[in-house]
Amino acid sequence: MSTVGASDAVIELRDVVREYGSPPTLALAGVSLVVRRGEMLAVVGPSGSGKSTMLNVLGTLDRPTSGTVLIDGVDVASCTDDDLSALRAHRIGFVFQQFHLTEGRTAIDNVSDGLLYSGVPLRERRERAEEALVRVGLGHRLRHRPNQMSGGERQRVAIARAVVHRPPLLLADEPTGNLDTKAGAGVVELLHELHREGTTIVVITHDVQLARDLPRRVTIRDGHLDDDSGAPAGPPPSVGQPATQDAVPLGSPS
Amino acid sequence: MSRPAGARSVLLGSDLARLGVTGLAARPTRAVLSALGIAIGIAAMIAVVGISTSSQAQLRSTLDELGTNLLVASQGKDLFGEAVPLPTTADEAAARVTGVESVAATGTVGDLGAYRSSAVPKGRTNGLTVATATPGLLDVLGARVASGAWFTDGTARYPVAVLGDEAAERLGVVAPGEHVLIGEVVHVVGGILAPVTLAPEIDASVLVGEGDGAALLGDAVHPTSVYVRASEADVDAVRQTVPRTISPESPNEVAVSRPSDALVAKQAADQAFTGLLVGLGSVALLVGGIGVANTMVISVLERRREIGLRRALGAARRHVRRQFLVEALFLSLLGGVGGIVLGVGVTAVFAVANGWPLAVPPVVLGGGLVATLAIGALAGAWPAMRAARIPPTVALQS
Repeated sequence: MSTVGASDAVIELRDVVREYGSPPTLALAGVSLVVRRGEMLAVVGPSGSGKSTMLNVLGTLDRPTSGTVLIDGVDVASCTDDDLSALRAHRIGFVFQQFHLTEGRTAIDNVSDGLLYSGVPLRERRERAEEALVRVGLGHRLRHRPNQMSGGERQRVAIARAVVHRPPLLLADEPTGNLDTKAGAGVVELLHELHREGTTIVVITHDVQLARDLPRRVTIRDGHLDDDSGAPAGPPPSVGQPATQDAVPLGSPS
Repeated sequence: MSRPAGARSVLLGSDLARLGVTGLAARPTRAVLSALGIAIGIAAMIAVVGISTSSQAQLRSTLDELGTNLLVASQGKDLFGEAVPLPTTADEAAARVTGVESVAATGTVGDLGAYRSSAVPKGRTNGLTVATATPGLLDVLGARVASGAWFTDGTARYPVAVLGDEAAERLGVVAPGEHVLIGEVVHVVGGILAPVTLAPEIDASVLVGEGDGAALLGDAVHPTSVYVRASEADVDAVRQTVPRTISPESPNEVAVSRPSDALVAKQAADQAFTGLLVGLGSVALLVGGIGVANTMVISVLERRREIGLRRALGAARRHVRRQFLVEALFLSLLGGVGGIVLGVGVTAVFAVANGWPLAVPPVVLGGGLVATLAIGALAGAWPAMRAARIPPTVALQS
């Protein structure tokens, strides 16, 4: 039924409109966007520009008022709540500005919750959680609770939870918004590493510095796509490319 | 390929149970307090029913032991309120009635009093009755001698007394061999009876043999009460026949009673009270259920972000609904199990204190659990539905 625009598109938005309340307020006013497999892009815009709404729509947490959303070639409009939940359980990972970790539970428990709705038994969940924590550089913090960790470490735990089920798509909402510059840089570097390993990553941010380091930037303003730097030509960037940019101190004058 | 291929959103049963437990364990004080309401309700109902059944079990074993086939024919009053003595042959007549197995009689010896010694002023009788007893009385009543001995053919003719339990206490007699004064005659205490359940009037009696009684009164003693054991099948027929047989001239002035009926009637009165208490217990249970519902509603409101996060992690609406329903069920189950333990405990203490057997019907325990789960499901259904309706986007709102 739904025609797939590009065979390697992870996300495709076509004229997506999202209105709230009555009289309707327009949060997204006809947005079209294609995100290809292996891309890493920043959605940039000031507060109230509609970027959070866009992330909700991209993550199937919200449905558009009109227009088409294809996730992995699946038309969201044709999906039931169950289908969308399954999509989130298996195909999408979320990283939030406020981490949303469960206080009082260890890092490994928090991360294994990322597999809770995939039908993976507890023992295997914990094994994979441990792998994911090692992967984000927290192999020494497995049994720590959120209140025993720094902000940067907490966000790494949250990222581990988002990728523990190895989703093809990772959505991050202001992942550095609650972190100081140094911790933020570490988290951005981690996102780059995940990207190099093949994960498609969409980062929502109003941090221009962060966005500048990403291969592709999409600017959103008043619900419209204002500017799209476009995907860099050729295959996903080589390992050296973003690393060089990372080497530039974030606070340096541009 | 318009749907996610194969993979569904799944929550394993073991994980669901774990979620329910950890959800409650995260706020232990609140869980215990709201489970307490249910616990009190269940405990009240189980204790009330348990105490009632324990006392019934006690009555049943008492009746089994004492039998329900004892009838008592007593002298009645005529139209003018005058006591009409039974004929002296009343016990022999009763023994001839078809279905009667054994007969005994007591006869009040005039208005004689029994005293500890001659120093006690006459008339201060302590409410004790002096009565003659036929030799078979002990067997017919199913009574027991606590110390000393019952009358023999020999002692029945001589000044020997057997005291009821209460009578011994009031006279200050602790052992056979002591002396009491009946009328003007010193009697030796031959025995002291244990309390007689089916004939409490014996407890406050000072019994003497028939021959001795006649000697004290200077005349044959008329029976006051004739105790009749009938075969179980004939109890009703015997009850009809006895008055006409022992007093053919004035059968209406013979009162026949069945002591076991009095015990059963007393029990029935307690039952009415039990119904009232069970009603109160169910009100407590209802209030407990409302407490659980309230806790769950608050919990859902407080945990909107957790719910949003779970939705983002892939929980379907039904998973959120089940999580909160299971939590409500566990909450009321916690109360139910606590209530059962508490209720059985209270019943046990009460039963032991009264010397009853502990009897709590398993049906009541099962019913308590079922009621608990039903309340949990009812109390949890609405909050769980509300939780499932919370949109997943709240996870992204701060």
